[in-house]
Amino acid sequence: MTIRWKEYPTQGLYDELMRGGGRPRDAARFLCQYLKRLSDDEIQARKAAAELAIRVMGITFTVYSQQGGSIDRAWPFDIIPRIIPRMEWERIEAGLQQRVQALNMFIDDIYHEQRIVNDGVFPAEILAGSKNFREQCVGISPTLGIWAHICGSDLVRDKKGAVYVLEDNLRVPSGVSYMLENRQVMKRVFPELFQEASILPVDDYPSQLYDCLAAISPRPLAQPEVVVLTPGIYNSAYFEHSYLAQQMGAELVEGRDLEVGDDDCVYMRAVEGLIRVDVIYRRIDDMFIDPEAFDPDSILGVPGLMRAWKKGNVALANAPGAGVADDKVVYAFVPAMIRYYLDQDPILPNVETYLCADKKQRDHVLANLDKLVVKPANESGGYGMLIGPQASRDEREKFAKLIRKDPRNYIAQPLLTLSTAPTMVGDHVEPRHLDLRPFILSGQKTYVTTGGLTRVALKKGSTVVNSSQGGGSKDTWIVDSEGA
Amino acid sequence: MLSRVAENIYWMARYMERAEDTARLVNVTTHLVLDLPKKVSFDWETLVDITGYSEIFRERYETADDRNLVRFLVGDALNPGSVIGSLDNARENARTIRDIIPREAWEQINNLHLKCKGNLQSGLSRRGRYDYLRWTILGVQTITGMLAGTMTHDAGYDFLRMGRNLERADMTTRIIDVRSVNLLAEKSVDLVPFENIQWMSVLKSLTGYQMYRRAMQVRVRRPDVLKFLFQDRRFPRSLYHCLREVENCLQDLPHNDAPLRQVTQMQRMVFDAKPGRLDQVELHQFIDDLQAQLAGVHDQIAATYFGVAVPAAT
Repeated sequence: MTIRWKEYPTQGLYDELMRGGGRPRDAARFLCQYLKRLSDDEIQARKAAAELAIRVMGITFTVYSQQGGSIDRAWPFDIIPRIIPRMEWERIEAGLQQRVQALNMFIDDIYHEQRIVNDGVFPAEILAGSKNFREQCVGISPTLGIWAHICGSDLVRDKKGAVYVLEDNLRVPSGVSYMLENRQVMKRVFPELFQEASILPVDDYPSQLYDCLAAISPRPLAQPEVVVLTPGIYNSAYFEHSYLAQQMGAELVEGRDLEVGDDDCVYMRAVEGLIRVDVIYRRIDDMFIDPEAFDPDSILGVPGLMRAWKKGNVALANAPGAGVADDKVVYAFVPAMIRYYLDQDPILPNVETYLCADKKQRDHVLANLDKLVVKPANESGGYGMLIGPQASRDEREKFAKLIRKDPRNYIAQPLLTLSTAPTMVGDHVEPRHLDLRPFILSGQKTYVTTGGLTRVALKKGSTVVNSSQGGGSKDTWIVDSEGA
Repeated sequence: MLSRVAENIYWMARYMERAEDTARLVNVTTHLVLDLPKKVSFDWETLVDITGYSEIFRERYETADDRNLVRFLVGDALNPGSVIGSLDNARENARTIRDIIPREAWEQINNLHLKCKGNLQSGLSRRGRYDYLRWTILGVQTITGMLAGTMTHDAGYDFLRMGRNLERADMTTRIIDVRSVNLLAEKSVDLVPFENIQWMSVLKSLTGYQMYRRAMQVRVRRPDVLKFLFQDRRFPRSLYHCLREVENCLQDLPHNDAPLRQVTQMQRMVFDAKPGRLDQVELHQFIDDLQAQLAGVHDQIAATYFGVAVPAAT
């Protein structure tokens, strides 16, 4: 059976490609027409080609299993892309730049005068309860005043198609390599579509990332020594660490490859001897980067790294302590930050968020647990959440207790019905929910990826898009439809 | 180049070479067995002895029959010397350095690994075995060629070549050792025609038959075969040649005094030997000494380049 768009149910939700009634959105028309012309065999052949490309290219993510130690699994990928018109994307891009700029100003402020607290815009008690605030970072001034050089923000659409920011990942956001690889796969599988339409390229991310990192080198060299610090091959994002190092021409190092010398500079152990390192793109969480400064049991980190960083002998991206703004409670204040630091109206709205720390809002949350999604402030990967409407009575009561015990650690949001896009299910297409994670680089200028990583919940009706929990991904096309 | 990366490249190359060598060994032996007279019962276990993993074999299998031995040598992932086990390890090492080796080469390694795993059942069957092993060899050769043609010939490439050549040298000595002893245990007149076949199979295990014929232009006789496999300067699998390769690589690397001394000392030992004149027992002793020397070369390289204590760069 070929794809019959007329039979595609949009279910009254916002669909990224279809308006309903079998009519595609303008930017998706060329794609839908193209897919319609393919026979079932042809579609299956493309699907097989994509799967083969993914296996051969070795695009994997690592899953820990109890029998076989850790294994890397092929990346689940859907061949139907998600399309965003260029005009709409430009507005989103501007919104993300604005947001990340304000976030960096916030972090810098928090580790210096704390004007935003003194001016009563950001509550002191929320800062006091922050798990990611690092005492060790107070008074430090990283180059250009930037703490979060790499940010991955998650965007979702509601029923009506409006775009919201769901969270900002400022610690070690991952996924960008899959965005780049998805495009490689699609070019192998649908070369003719790339000829036909003007789909904006995504490939310059690695060189943008290199420039961003090289710009913060403490030594003003034409080619500073930039390294990517990974926890090692058992980390779920190891593929990405190695991919980015390769694409940037940087060394991929583990903690055991580095040492801090008596001169408080960082060196890597090489065949030639010790080589000084200028910039570390670290993909290890704050708590593990330096056993001297943080978790003394960490074997992933480098003893003395914080010392070297504080002396300005090495640059770390993201800077330690940047995670203070990566907190779902702090998130609620981002629109206020934009107004406070930039004196602008936020271009991209937040999802409506109730802070359990506030008595009035907490009472509202407790009274409406069956309608809301409750999230802990500092978890990622979709763990530790309560999805009220789908939860049992017991689970809701458990969360009510948790909230009363530690209100600072919880927020609640209305259950968003995420937008959908047509996704191959067996031999036909069905709507599946998705989100979008663009990546924002902050240096001398701010750069936003063209589109981002579209994550899709492959299970029917599910809105959990995390790859560790049955999510897959799609290529994201920013399409210049005016020119088409 | 990071010390850890150098070590991974070195081991990747060793395991790739091991996969190829084991595949050749099993393939040639399978053919040899078909040519032997019915009354000579061939002892497959010598193959396991060659690889040096007899202990693991005895732990894992009750009977040493053809089926189990081929499974152990080709498809047993728990045997680090098997084709699959070697490819597993080669891939795992390659995975940690995918930022260093050219992307095409990584894809090829990954693909070969998938293909060998996916077709294992047919590889274990008597009928599918030849093809399976042949394209495994071809796959490794493709990767070797790809790396030669696309990877910058820098320090990393030196570690790759050293890994490959040390593994090769190791396998060459093992094959000579075991093959020259065990194959035709009973000396009887009607087996004489098969002695030739025995030495031919030694050469073929090392793809050296054709090259031997060109280089030596004599019949396949023990002294000439031994001279060729130990001392030929140009045959890529002769022990002497492998050592020359390692020496060349070391010349390019910093801090090379100790490993270089070890490798040139071993070259002299190989070059001065008269292997054709050694009887079975002496040959075995000589090979034991060589194995110890090879291990010494590896130890020197590991201590100099992979160790934790590294001198400051100048």
